[in-house]
Amino acid sequence: MSGNRVAGKGRVDVGKSVRFTFDGKPFVGLKGDTVSSALLANGVHLMGRSFKYHRPRGPVAAGSEEPNALIGTRRGPGRFEPNTRATVQEIWQGLETTSQNKYPSLKWDIGAVNDAAYMLFSAGFYYKTFMWPKSFWHRVYEPFIRAAAGLGVSPTEEDPDTYASRFLHCDVLVVGAGPAGLAAARAAAVDGLKVVLVDENAEVGGSLLSEPQALVDGQRAWDWLAAEVEALKAAGVRIMTRTTAIGYYHQNMIGMVERLTDHLSDLPADTPRERMWRVRAKRVVLAQGALEKPLVFHGNDCPGVMLAGSAQTYLNRYGVLVGQRPVILTSHDSAWFAAFDLADAGAQVQAIVDTRESVRDDLLAEAGKRGIRLKIGHTATATKGRLRVTSLRVNPVTDGKVGAGYVIGCDAVLMSGGWTPSLHLFSHTRGSLAWDEDLTTFLPKDTPENCVIAGASRGLWGVEAVLNDGADKGRAVAADLGGTGGETACSVASDRTGTGVSHTELPTDLNPGKAKAFVDYQNDVTAKDLRLAVREGMRSIEHVKRYTTNGMATDQGKMSNINGLNIAADALGKKQPQVGLTTFRPPYTPTSFGAFAGYHRGAHFEVTRKTRIDGWAEENGAVFEPVGQWRRAWHFPKPGEDMDTAVRRECVATRQSVGIFDASTLGKIEVVGPDAVEFMNRMYTNPWTKLAPGRCRYGLLCGDDGFIRDDGVIGRLTTDRFHVTTTTGGAARVLNMMEDYLQTEWPDLNVWLTSTTEQWATIALNGPKAAALLAPLVEGVDLTDEAFPHMSCVECTVAGMPARLFRVSFTGEIGFEVNVPAPRGRTLWEVLWEAGRQYDICAYGTETMHVLRAEKGYIIVGQDTDGTVTPKDAGLDWAVGKSKPDFVGKRGMARPDLTSEGRKQLVGLLTEDHSRLEEGAQIVFDPTQALPMTMVGHVTSSYHSDAVGRPIALALVEGGHGRMGETVHIPMPDRTIAAKITPMVFVDPDNARLKI
Amino acid sequence: MLLITCPYCEETLPEAEFAYAGQAHVIRPENPSGQSDEQWEEFLFIRENPKGPHFERWRHLHGCGRFFNAVRDTVSDKFLTTYRAGAPRPDLASLGGDAK
Ligand SMILES: [Zn+2]
Repeated sequence: MSGNRVAGKGRVDVGKSVRFTFDGKPFVGLKGDTVSSALLANGVHLMGRSFKYHRPRGPVAAGSEEPNALIGTRRGPGRFEPNTRATVQEIWQGLETTSQNKYPSLKWDIGAVNDAAYMLFSAGFYYKTFMWPKSFWHRVYEPFIRAAAGLGVSPTEEDPDTYASRFLHCDVLVVGAGPAGLAAARAAAVDGLKVVLVDENAEVGGSLLSEPQALVDGQRAWDWLAAEVEALKAAGVRIMTRTTAIGYYHQNMIGMVERLTDHLSDLPADTPRERMWRVRAKRVVLAQGALEKPLVFHGNDCPGVMLAGSAQTYLNRYGVLVGQRPVILTSHDSAWFAAFDLADAGAQVQAIVDTRESVRDDLLAEAGKRGIRLKIGHTATATKGRLRVTSLRVNPVTDGKVGAGYVIGCDAVLMSGGWTPSLHLFSHTRGSLAWDEDLTTFLPKDTPENCVIAGASRGLWGVEAVLNDGADKGRAVAADLGGTGGETACSVASDRTGTGVSHTELPTDLNPGKAKAFVDYQNDVTAKDLRLAVREGMRSIEHVKRYTTNGMATDQGKMSNINGLNIAADALGKKQPQVGLTTFRPPYTPTSFGAFAGYHRGAHFEVTRKTRIDGWAEENGAVFEPVGQWRRAWHFPKPGEDMDTAVRRECVATRQSVGIFDASTLGKIEVVGPDAVEFMNRMYTNPWTKLAPGRCRYGLLCGDDGFIRDDGVIGRLTTDRFHVTTTTGGAARVLNMMEDYLQTEWPDLNVWLTSTTEQWATIALNGPKAAALLAPLVEGVDLTDEAFPHMSCVECTVAGMPARLFRVSFTGEIGFEVNVPAPRGRTLWEVLWEAGRQYDICAYGTETMHVLRAEKGYIIVGQDTDGTVTPKDAGLDWAVGKSKPDFVGKRGMARPDLTSEGRKQLVGLLTEDHSRLEEGAQIVFDPTQALPMTMVGHVTSSYHSDAVGRPIALALVEGGHGRMGETVHIPMPDRTIAAKITPMVFVDPDNARLKI
Repeated sequence: MLLITCPYCEETLPEAEFAYAGQAHVIRPENPSGQSDEQWEEFLFIRENPKGPHFERWRHLHGCGRFFNAVRDTVSDKFLTTYRAGAPRPDLASLGGDAK
């Protein structure tokens, strides 16, 4: 056992030593230690370098509020995590840890020159220093800031761990398992109420773990605790440790992260590293306790300077003396007890320095018994020591005047500036706070959520007070839910109640302008920075915070916010509530991305929708592209083909003979009912009344603003049944829009809408041989122009399967779309493929489909339109039933802006030099005009076309329909391309090829 | 995550099942073509932005699929009530909301 470990103290297992490394050096701790307690037991205080000045730092706390002792933890390849709190991370056999923000070594760090250049980095230094000259930004300032910014180093490998996610519903959730939380859970666990008690630490007990001297109802604190845990379990309370309530969300939903493996040497199989719990609780009891405040004085960040309460925790919970010769520096009674505990454990307490003019007699007597030197009415003005504190300079203060200073040698300074209620989760509820002048702190007031706050987090002090308050709150919550809580009042002996005063910076006789008195350790913000911010005009704490970055580090100012506020308020000459407190936001402590992502990673990040024919495409070498959530075959390259070659071959084969295409992703909506035709008349721009059953029509859907929303071929199967197709990406949107109008505007219409996208597999056959291929397989209709002309539809049998057959074309060739029940899609595909061999059938993908349709001037909604294109703009005026009294979009199309001259209209473009334009490229009329040029449109689609013999493009151009034959210009980075405006139809404008 | 009561399912369910659908009680005119440009602009684009109770539409998208109306306080983000499409505006005073 090392020299700082105290026999008989602590809850660590002295029989089980644990080996770990820190910066490559081996250390031995005990089971139950954190990295921090184990290193302190080995006499190591220096655990990191600060963020901005790279000052040597040691742990200042013993819990999750720790700002300084951030380390990297490693468990073999891929398992590295930066910015772990050494005060929270439990050690396990083989754990590798490293310090941060240092180069080349923790003890000798080159970045510490920043410390010497202190003036450069004062408040607002980003704003002031890096303003001028402009050219310095990307060459000098930005690389410097990037190199200096950020804590730790990001992991570079993929995280091999898994993360889980669960829901939990309960009657009462108690956050914090200190005495208040324990008592609340006990009192609420009545009448079968489901109670959950959660704590971020490895074991429950909270402050009781640091106060073993307390006697609860005559029992020693730890015996009482053990019995209480058993009683809670017997009462059915679910106790969750190593679980942090990270956020309080709407309507009592609490996010919690449970850490399952970070404390284990051997990872159990099939166990997630962390589990995110989404808890919905009928009532929440917040018992988060209080956090101790540091005192603000020159050198208060030297390793060895830490919170007195944390030193007490290291001693009582871990059996570690943080110093053999500590000095206590305090403005609160609580630190006196820490001094007594350390003295009783063998430490040579050098002095208790109390800033107050007088102190309780019983404390003075206890100190006297132990022979501790007392410095009442004193201030601290400096520390000495580089990597570990060696002395504290103290001065008497008389009537506000700081007397001559003298030095007290020491190896630790244990400070206490009083305690701040932990109101983080309460703040998440948008709860309001009330300023308490006596306690110099904010206390919780009202909250819109069903939650109560208990114990030290509402300003109570002492084990008895918080135990009874917790029990009261638990009982009240149970009563609220119909339970009848029992009597649980208890009495506590050896209770350590106390009071204190609050300070801004401690008074000093040294030049305050040169003081490095830190308020925010993690972001290296000093009291001087805060005062400078106020001098430079910052008035609200929100501004002071952003100007100085006080409280903006990963600890969210758990320690620094209140001291920062007190100093800013003092500088402004205002009361704290007038200056305001910044809002805490989730998460309470830094949370891994893995916990948030849960199962949603890799292939599970988003669903991939596949058609029934996807497997065939994969087996036949398809390259896929995502379209919405679908994965669609993009093209089918043969060995040695690049995409362009494959697409050209597919295009040529389809126009020469026959191509086969998986169109199953097309959105499909069944519109059925006596009023189906009336509904279609009102929804779509086209007239539907005269469309005979067995015929289909291109349908255009607009919004009431008059802009194109979607399109697709719609078949009328019977008088009261329409088979509507939509774009692949628009299916859900269109159905939602239809439902909206049907349910809320026209509830009188007798119509049913059903999404049938996934009920049907849809296979398109296109090309001169399409009819010849398909006809022998079809029963029930002859595939002739007479019996089944273009734009027909019929229910029939194809290859023995029930089918809906459409004669439509999105390519300009003879075309059929065969819909069969989805599970039979692949069978039909294979039948057609076999039957097509004699015609050299060619499978084509979405790229070829795009080329073929562009050659015919068929638009793709969302590519050639952008939500501001009217049917007229798109050349689709013919699809608008102008004689209908009303339809969605009719009035919108008549809006002045939509009928005005000079709108952007869809046209074709052919480049003069036969180059292929870039989609999205901007268009100008006059390429010689001065910059910035007036842009008059953009290229929406552009492809190479074998059928045309040159590249073709579609574009939106101002007044385009009236500019046929004119030349426009497309400026590119290297040159300007001239192109001629043409009609949109490049191939077979007379539709001669559609005839069988 | 909010909890929302679907007035058709008569169940209180998590927000993830629902989709917001804009301001409520914006009625599409019987004869849009008879509307002036100003009236049509008002119908299409002009919306309330109250600090306090807001009448709005939601759809129980991943449930019964019905559109319904709700009164939500934009300050507290609490639902004061939900009711079926077509039902009249509820009286704010009876909901305990701060009518503005
Ligand atoms: Zn519903």
